[in-house]
Amino acid sequence: MNTRKIEIAVGCFVAIAIGAFLILALKVANTGFAGSGDTYTLYADFENIGGLKARSPIKVGGVVVGRVASIELDKTYYTPRVRLEISKQYDNFPETSSVVILTSGLLGEQYLGIQPGFIDETVHILQDGDVIEDTRSAMVLEELIGQFLFNRN
Amino acid sequence: MFVSRLQRLGADTIQTVAGLGRAALMLFGAVFGKPDVRKGFPLLIKQLYVVGVLSLLIILVSGLFIGMVLGLQGYTVLVKFGAEGMLGPLVALSLLRELGPVVTALLFAGRAGSALTAEIGLMKATEQISSMEMMAVDPLRRIIAPRFWAGVISMPLLAIVFTAVGILGGHLVGVDWLGVDAGSYWSAMQANVDLHQDVFNGIIKSIVFAFVVMAIALHKGFDAVPTSEGIAKATTETVVTASLAVLAFDFVLTALMFGG
Repeated sequence: MNTRKIEIAVGCFVAIAIGAFLILALKVANTGFAGSGDTYTLYADFENIGGLKARSPIKVGGVVVGRVASIELDKTYYTPRVRLEISKQYDNFPETSSVVILTSGLLGEQYLGIQPGFIDETVHILQDGDVIEDTRSAMVLEELIGQFLFNRN
Repeated sequence: MFVSRLQRLGADTIQTVAGLGRAALMLFGAVFGKPDVRKGFPLLIKQLYVVGVLSLLIILVSGLFIGMVLGLQGYTVLVKFGAEGMLGPLVALSLLRELGPVVTALLFAGRAGSALTAEIGLMKATEQISSMEMMAVDPLRRIIAPRFWAGVISMPLLAIVFTAVGILGGHLVGVDWLGVDAGSYWSAMQANVDLHQDVFNGIIKSIVFAFVVMAIALHKGFDAVPTSEGIAKATTETVVTASLAVLAFDFVLTALMFGG
């Protein structure tokens, strides 16, 4: 086989591999929210985060607007503090908004839901680095069952 | 009796260490030898054809079938929990993280690694390597380096093709045959597969496996006893050692990447 045919075959091989990589990168993997530059940070303190993890989605009405960046324990109050990274596209949440830890389905993953609050002239819009005050903790199934059993007796 | 066993143990150890040393020296010469682009590039293209393009068919066929089997088996289990919407992530994650790189490396060791060992062993048996040295041509640069780099370049590419075809195979069985919803197959996959965590880690795995398999295959060929028996033994050893090394490295890499 002459060199030209070999080179064409190798070119096809590399092209197929690049095509396959593009399929993996664009169609299979989650590339949305890859750009980390266009986000801003909010904080929220919870009593109990349940099964929330870093990189869990943050949703408003089911639409993903950001991801949980990290979760740390506050040293003074011993409550978990969650760092939220939210897309700059959605930068007008009022400070009356509340954050809830929700579960997708009965056994599904946990995610953060933001419920936007009301706006009037005394309410500020949340800026980079602000803390969302109104939070509700995760539903822990064991505690619910415990309460249920306790109430029956 | 005891002393002679001790002697055997010592001899085996020395032999193993000497073999590792020769392999490292050979690899060092091949990888860090001054590359000559004008002469080396056509050799590399030739070897990319032999090692990569000719392996494409077996990779495509086995990728398709492994993806189809994953779709079928995953479906039968998931449908019991009414969770057949998670078939996409199951197929994609098992292919991206484990099966793509590992099975490609095993097939590559069997298809291309054994052929390289036999080729180089025969070159040694027919004294082509010695005659190259006589003509002041460095066999490490002329023979080993192009084959080594061709393997290192083509194995990740083959693993990517394998994974993509496998996911399409899972789609073929899960969606087109068993009736999983096409939208949930892809959207659940996109929600659960991460470009850095899963795709790039799989490619890194594949590159590591490529180094391991090519180093073993080329060293076994270069170090073969130059008889027909020695070449047969070296070829077998290539497939066995490379497969075991790939599986061992896979465990270590998985523990490092996904264990924490």
